[in-house]
Amino acid sequence: MPAVLQCPGYPEAKLRCLAESLQCREVQASTLLALMGEPQQYSYPSVFIYGHRATGKSHVVLALLTELELPHAAMSCVECFSRGLLFEQVLMALFGPEAAALLPRCASFSDFVRVYRQMCAQEPADQTRYIVLERAELLRNMEANLLPGLLRLQELVDDNVTVILLSEIVWDKFRPSTGCFEPLLLHFPDYTKAELQQILSRHSHPSYTPELYSSYINILLGVFYSVCRDLRELRHLAALNFTKFCEPLEKGEAQESDTHKLWRRVEPHLKRAMQTVYLREVSSVQWEQQQMDEKEATALRGLSAHAHVELPYYSKFLLIAAYLASYNPARTDRRFFLKHHGKIKKTNFLKKHEKTSNHLLGPKPFPLDRLLAIFYSVVDSRVAPTASIFSQISSLVTLQLLTHIGHDDQLDTPKYKCAVSLDFIFAISRTVNFDIVRYLYDFL
Amino acid sequence: MDFVSQQLPVSVNYMMSKHKSGANCSAAGECVSEVQRILRERFCHQRLPDKPMGLESQYKHLLELLRRTAVHGESNSVLIVGPRGAGKTMLLSCALRELLDLQEVKKNVLLVQLSGLLQTDDRIALREITRQLHLENVVGDRVFGSFAENLVFLLEALKKGDKSSSRPVFFILEEFDLFAHHKNQTLLYNLLDVSQSAQTPVTVVGLTCRLDVLELLEKRVKSRFSHRQIHLLSSLSFCQYQDAFRSKLSLPDDFPDSKFSQDWNVSILKLCEDKSVDEILRKHFNSSTDFRSLHLLLLLAVSRVSVSNPTLRAADILEASRMSNADTKANILHGLSILELCLIIAMKHLNDTYEGEPFNFQMVHNEFKKFIQRKSHSIHNFEQPVVLKAFEHLLQLELIRPVDAGVCKVQREYQLMCLMLDQTQVMEALQRYPQCPTDVKQWASSAFG
Repeated sequence: MPAVLQCPGYPEAKLRCLAESLQCREVQASTLLALMGEPQQYSYPSVFIYGHRATGKSHVVLALLTELELPHAAMSCVECFSRGLLFEQVLMALFGPEAAALLPRCASFSDFVRVYRQMCAQEPADQTRYIVLERAELLRNMEANLLPGLLRLQELVDDNVTVILLSEIVWDKFRPSTGCFEPLLLHFPDYTKAELQQILSRHSHPSYTPELYSSYINILLGVFYSVCRDLRELRHLAALNFTKFCEPLEKGEAQESDTHKLWRRVEPHLKRAMQTVYLREVSSVQWEQQQMDEKEATALRGLSAHAHVELPYYSKFLLIAAYLASYNPARTDRRFFLKHHGKIKKTNFLKKHEKTSNHLLGPKPFPLDRLLAIFYSVVDSRVAPTASIFSQISSLVTLQLLTHIGHDDQLDTPKYKCAVSLDFIFAISRTVNFDIVRYLYDFL
Repeated sequence: MDFVSQQLPVSVNYMMSKHKSGANCSAAGECVSEVQRILRERFCHQRLPDKPMGLESQYKHLLELLRRTAVHGESNSVLIVGPRGAGKTMLLSCALRELLDLQEVKKNVLLVQLSGLLQTDDRIALREITRQLHLENVVGDRVFGSFAENLVFLLEALKKGDKSSSRPVFFILEEFDLFAHHKNQTLLYNLLDVSQSAQTPVTVVGLTCRLDVLELLEKRVKSRFSHRQIHLLSSLSFCQYQDAFRSKLSLPDDFPDSKFSQDWNVSILKLCEDKSVDEILRKHFNSSTDFRSLHLLLLLAVSRVSVSNPTLRAADILEASRMSNADTKANILHGLSILELCLIIAMKHLNDTYEGEPFNFQMVHNEFKKFIQRKSHSIHNFEQPVVLKAFEHLLQLELIRPVDAGVCKVQREYQLMCLMLDQTQVMEALQRYPQCPTDVKQWASSAFG
């Protein structure tokens, strides 16, 4: 399909200019333009555009509207979190600040339509007006009448207006229970690998050849494409790691033609980047700094490494006891924690199914008595049940290491759940020389 | 030459004229843009037709009812019930248009239009009524006074009138079922009460898409309603649907370029006889008979008409139908990364094994790890946080949904989820997925992971 955007009623030079800026989205842009039609013609009341993140939804729509100088109001539903803000922004963008001042303080949809009609009568439309709402899925959480109302706004205000909704989520999840005016659905498909390569290679580094940059992008996509197809994320990663890729060239260890050598040098680096900077464990500033200092990439501790908390001695044991109580079935307590337990049949004890592994199902709630019983059993010395022990339990709850189940009663047999991961509890038990694996039912 | 060009069909005519001169070309451009203007107004703006099609008896009934109020001063109430896009508003506006054409009625009748979407509670609705009736507590465009004052004022104004002297009022309540959700249904009670007693002649016309709307009304409100209902249940046959298709696309007689309009109408007739168009229409007719989805289809087709392509072809209709029938979820699945797709397959296997029990991230990851260890050669092992990020992306896309809303208390890995796709959707997406590794495909089709 040749890159032609054409529609009578718009200046051709601008259309040609637009076609160049909307790379790889020519089909979508021309469909959208055809649907919009000439500026003075009516357009469909509501258009719903969906597609994955960073597939150029808002870019195409806003580029069309701003380049062709059509009257439009563009806003994100994240910013306009309430009805009033939304109406104010729309009126402000379409009719200027005087119109927005006409809205009463707590504007209802009725007020909005009244003011809109009033302004519309003063300056009747010779062009279609557009209202663009990004992140439209947030509209569902606002008042129930807002989304159906916006979808048939053209009918309600009796003006040539089109509402364009942009979202990542499919339309089926939006439909209200009593139905509404069905919008026109338009899909923006994801970029293929070739298209991603084409777009990413466009911004090559000035001091290197475009071919080199393109081969770098190829390596980058080879590592990241199976995990991430988000153009913005990939572009960010490409910008971060390019200096590392060029390092052998600068040192004179390799030529631009030694693609294999360059690939060998950069690939482990990129794989490390997936575990660190892609997950935002390491911030991009830290990552860049580390590349400058030539440090080993794993030397830097990520965010999750800092999750280790320093706790008092008994709190550690309380947490260990809570973990054991959460992940062990209560019927095995006798076997694990009693010194002289009676005879328990080994076959009976070890009857396990895979699905019942508690590390798959998550923690189970346990009562306070069981926690204390296990606690006394795992701590070797004698501990008095003082107020400080109990206050440590509740402070573990405030630290969100334990969670309190059920709010019905606070004092009488409260129930808890342990909310820490296995690695965390390993680290804790290592500090107090407690071998927790011996006591976990799942690891027997 | 002139004679020949008159005989030729439009497309050939246009191609010749492009070679010949610029003047004809611009004429064709004007024609096309005029066609676009007319058809777009018909499809997008829902312009009123001359007569409501297929609803003759309902139309007569409604018109007679409204005329009785306007001319004789009878009070009435009626509900127009029909599914979305069945032409409720169109029917009412047609009836009002015909009624208001009469000179003595036009001067006499007052019209109040409310919508359940806009007037979300009685207070707003009352203000709107006072404003639309231009009563005396309105200054400019604003209404003053509290809710109670407004209500008393309005009721007094309505009560003072009588059958012979005062002007009749039409109350039109769109989305009537939403008015029934107001507190105590005060507005409905008062309006229907006025329509029952010998006061100002009013007609309350409610439009709703809910068939059980009478069950929503309180007993006292229900008893005051006249139980007159007009049902717009579509009894359209396929032949009528085809006729509608033709008439909706045909150009009117007052089109400026008569030759172009004749050619256009002939091409539309030809289009109707086309086998593939007929098939598409039948498919659409089977999925829904309302005209709004037909309008959507036709708009998509008409938007492809341009100067270089001045007639509507079967290919345009085909493309439009393809666009409007696209499976939205399959489109979203197509854009997932291979890791996310693998997670969905793992969820599908969990669903198969445990018969629709909810699952959490750990189970899905466990299933995925088993696949990697046993079978996969094409996908390398990913760290758990990377997989968790992919899982959360699926959650954002609402392809999976948390089972209970109490989200904050549970760790992310152990939150119970359910898959919002069924097996056929997953398998179909896998077939369409570009460059899907073979072992992933085999894993998906093997029973129980």
